[in-house]
Amino acid sequence: MQANAEITPLWHDICAESELISNSGICALIEDQQIAIFTLDTADGRTLYALSNWDPVGKANVIYRGIIGSVGSEPVVASPLYKEHYSLITGRCIENETVSLMVYDVQIIDGRVLIAI
Amino acid sequence: MVGHHFVEQLVTSQFACSITVLSGEKRLAYDRVHLSSWFSGSDASDLAMTDEETYQKWGVNFELDAQVIDIDRINQTVSTATKTFSYDVLVLATGSYPFVPPIPGNDQPHCLVYRTIEDLEAIETSATQSKVGVVVGGGLLGLEAANALKQAGLETHVVEFAPQLMAVQLDPQGGDLLRQKIEDLGVTVHTQKATQVIEAGEDCRYRMVFADDSYLETDMVLFSAGIRPSDFLGKKAELAVGERGGIVINDQCQTSDPNIYAIGECALWENRIFGLVAPGYTMARTVAAQIAGGEGAFTGADMSTKLKLMGVEVGSIGDAHGKTPGALSYTYHNQPDGVYKKLVVDATQKHVLGAVLVGDTSDYDTLLQYSLNGIELPQKPESLILPSAGEQPALGADALPDSATICSCHNVAKCDITQAIDSGCCSLGDVKSATKASTGCGGCTALLKNVVDSELEKRGVEVSKAICEHFDYTRQELFHIVKVEGIRSFDDLLAKHGSGLGCDICKPAVGSILASVWNDYILSENNLPLQDTNDTYLGNMQKDGTYSIVPRIPGGEITPEGLILIGEVAKKYGLYTKITGGQRIDLFGARVDQLPDIWQTLIDGGFETGHAYAKGLRTVKSCVGSTWCRYGVQDSVGEAINIENRYKGLRGPHKIKFAVSGCTRECAEAQSKDIGIIATENGWNLYVCGNGGMKPRHGDLFATDLSTETLIKYIDRVLMFYVKTADRLQRTSVWMENLEGGLDYLKAVVIEDSLGIGDELEAQMQLIVDAYQCEWKTTLASEESRKRFRQFVNSKQTDSNIQFVDERGQIRPATEAEKMAGEARIPVEVI
Repeated sequence: MQANAEITPLWHDICAESELISNSGICALIEDQQIAIFTLDTADGRTLYALSNWDPVGKANVIYRGIIGSVGSEPVVASPLYKEHYSLITGRCIENETVSLMVYDVQIIDGRVLIAI
Repeated sequence: MVGHHFVEQLVTSQFACSITVLSGEKRLAYDRVHLSSWFSGSDASDLAMTDEETYQKWGVNFELDAQVIDIDRINQTVSTATKTFSYDVLVLATGSYPFVPPIPGNDQPHCLVYRTIEDLEAIETSATQSKVGVVVGGGLLGLEAANALKQAGLETHVVEFAPQLMAVQLDPQGGDLLRQKIEDLGVTVHTQKATQVIEAGEDCRYRMVFADDSYLETDMVLFSAGIRPSDFLGKKAELAVGERGGIVINDQCQTSDPNIYAIGECALWENRIFGLVAPGYTMARTVAAQIAGGEGAFTGADMSTKLKLMGVEVGSIGDAHGKTPGALSYTYHNQPDGVYKKLVVDATQKHVLGAVLVGDTSDYDTLLQYSLNGIELPQKPESLILPSAGEQPALGADALPDSATICSCHNVAKCDITQAIDSGCCSLGDVKSATKASTGCGGCTALLKNVVDSELEKRGVEVSKAICEHFDYTRQELFHIVKVEGIRSFDDLLAKHGSGLGCDICKPAVGSILASVWNDYILSENNLPLQDTNDTYLGNMQKDGTYSIVPRIPGGEITPEGLILIGEVAKKYGLYTKITGGQRIDLFGARVDQLPDIWQTLIDGGFETGHAYAKGLRTVKSCVGSTWCRYGVQDSVGEAINIENRYKGLRGPHKIKFAVSGCTRECAEAQSKDIGIIATENGWNLYVCGNGGMKPRHGDLFATDLSTETLIKYIDRVLMFYVKTADRLQRTSVWMENLEGGLDYLKAVVIEDSLGIGDELEAQMQLIVDAYQCEWKTTLASEESRKRFRQFVNSKQTDSNIQFVDERGQIRPATEAEKMAGEARIPVEVI
C-alpha cells in the first residue's frame, strides 16, 4: 500500500489495471480498510465500482466474492453469504434498508487503479 | 336454494324485469346442504344464502311466510291466503318434502323430520328432553341427520330397511366399511329393519317394533327415508305430473304450460328427480337464460357425489354398482386403514364407468374427470386407485378437453376458465371471482389451480417460470437454446436472449448449463464471473468467509497414506476436520489465500477435487460389499468407485448423490439417494429419485437385475434427461413428481426409449465424461488463476477478522463477543 502524492493526497494507488477481473471483484487493503473493487464490462465499456468489503449481515469480509448483475436498471452485487443485493452506485441494500455498504471513488489513470478514501 | 340461484342468475343477466319471490317459509333462501352444522354452532344467519337488504338492493320484491295455495293459469295469477300476484312467467321451485313411512304412531310428539330450520329447532327442543334418538333411513340425508343427533348429544341409532347404508351410491363392500366406521364413531346401525309400529316404550319414551319382532327403544324418531317432490301446486293447476310425483318438465325446464317453469327437486325430467343441489342450479341457469332471451337446455346431470359424513370420506361416481353390461371392476380394500376403493370400467378397459370410494376420496377428482370426459384410461387402470401416489399416472390439466367440467357446483368448464383468462384474469383469485369456480363445495380447488396455472403458463403470463428478470425463459428452455444455438458464453446468451446485466440467479444457472452441455473449465475468463463463490473458489464458503475442503474419496475407500496426508494437511494449516455424510473428510477453516497451497499438497498426494461445492455429482456412498461382508452378494465398493469416477465433474440443476449397497440389507442407504443401486444375486437393482434432506423421499424401483453395462446406460439416460429438463435447484425427486406421467413416463423414456433420444442422452453424457478435468489441478497450473486466491490485490496481509478459539481439541470460528473480548486468536501459519 502506498499513497500517491503526485496525483492527490486522497487517491491511493492500488494495482495495475491488468489485475482487475472482468465482471467480477477483487479486494484491496487501504489503511486497514478492506475495499471491494468490481469491474463491469459491457458493450458500453468498462465501469469500476469500489465499496466496503464488510458484509454487515453476514459479518465477514466477503463482498468482493459476490456475483454482480442488475436489479432493474441498477447495477448490484449479491452477498455471497446470504445473497442480499447492494447497489454498486449508492451502496444501499435492496432487501434491507437498515444496512448499506460504503462507496468510494475509483478511477483508472495511466493503467493504474486508484481509489479515494 | 335453487329458487335463489335462479333470482341471482336473472339479476346478474341484467334483463329488465320485475321479480317477485314468494317464500313459504319465514325466511329467504338458506343452505340446506349444511343443515347439520346447526348442531355444531351455526345459526340461521350462518346458513342464510342472502338477506333482505340484498334483495332490496337488487330490486327484487319478496313475501315471506307466503304459502301459495292456488295458480290461475288462465288469468296468470298466483294466490296466497291473503294476496294475489299476476305473472308473465312463473317459476316453481317448491322443492321437496321428507317422506314419512306410513307406520302407525309416526305422528306422535318427538317424531320429526329433517329439512327446514324449523325442523332443526324442533329437533333441538326434543333433544333436550331425550337421551336416545333414532334416525329412520340410512341414506345420505339419514346419515347427515344422525350426525345432527349425535352432535345434539343423543345416543344415536340408524335404522335402515335395505341391507346396507347408502345403497344408492355405494356397493355392499363400501356400505359395510362405511357402517363400521360410523359404528366406530358411536352410532349404532341396524340394517334390514322394517318398522311396524311405534308404541309406548318401557325404558324410553317409545318402542319401535320391527317386522322380525325385534325392537328398539328410543325417546325420539327422526324420519329421513327419502324425499318426495312438492308438486301439490302443479297437481292443483293440472300441470302434467309424473306417476310417482314431480312436475314434468322438458329440456327447457318448461312444464306442460309454457309460461310455467319448474326447477329443482319439484321437477321431473325424463322421469327422474334430481335430489342434489348442482342439477337444481343447472336448471335455474337454464330458465334464467331463457327468460333473459338466451338459450339453454337442461340435459341431465351427473349424480356423482363426494362428501364427508361424520368425518368419514365417501365418494360415488357414475355407475357405482357396475350395472352397465360388460362392466368390469378393480377393487382395493385396506382393512387396517379402513380404505375401500372400487373402479368400474367398461368391457374394453378403456373408460371409467363409475367408482366407489370410502375412507379416502383423494382420487375422486381424477376419476371423475376420467368418467365425465371419457378420457382414455392408462394401461393399468388399477394404478389409479392403488395407494403409492408416486406411481400413479398423473392426469395433467392439459389432458382435459375444453368441455371438461372443473367446478360442478357452479358448472364451470375448462373453456370458461380459458375464456376468463383470455379476457384478462391473470391469477387464481381473478379466475375464482370471475367464474365462481371453486367457491361452492371447494372440492375442485386443486384441479382448478392446475388448470389456471397451465393455461397461464401457455400464455406466458407471470406464473411464467422465467428464471429471473433477465431472461423470459425457464431453465429447460435456456438449456435447449444453449445446445441448439451452440452458445458457449453467458454474454452471448444475454445479448441474444436476455436483458440487463444478469444476476446471482441466472448467472450460476447458465454457468451450470454451459458446464452440463460443454463441460468447459468453469473458471475460464468467460465462465468465472458466472459462478457462485463456492464454484469460484472451488470450496464451500462458511459463515466467517473461510472455506472447507473436501477431496474426492470415491466410494469412501481410502488408503492409510491418504488418511495420513489429509491429517498432515489439516495439522499444518490448523484446520478443523470432520467426517461427512457422504463418506469423505471435510477440512474447515481455510482462508482463501491458503487454498492453493493446501490443494497443491493434496493433488501431489494423489487426491482430486471432490466437487463438494458444486451443483452436480457429489459422492457415491457404498457399504463394504461381498469382498469382506458375510452377506454381500456383489462388490459394491468396486461398483461405487467405477461409477463415481464416471460421473465425477457432472454438473446439474442441483446436487446429485449416489449410493451402492452390496445386498438387500441396504447398509449404504441407497434408497435415499438420487441414484440408488442395490446388489442382487443376478446383478443390480436401480432406484431413482430419492433424497434425504428437508423432505425425505425413498427412491422408486426403476429396473431390476441389471448388468453393470445396462445399469450405466440407464443412469446415463436418467441423469442427462434430468440435467436437460429439470428446473433450477430442483432435485431429482421433485423433478420426477412434476414430470407429466411420473415414473412410468421416465421408464418409457429411458428403458423403452419412447422419445428416441436414448442415444443422444448417452452421447451427451459421454462427452461430459471425456471432458472431465480436476478443476483444482487446472487452476493450480496457471499462475494467473492462482492470483485470484489473494485476499488483497495490494497486500500480503491476511483477513484479520478471521479468528478462532479452541474447542474439543480443534478450532472453531470465534463469536463476535469472543473477538471483542480478545479471547480469540488470528491463526499463524506454521511453514
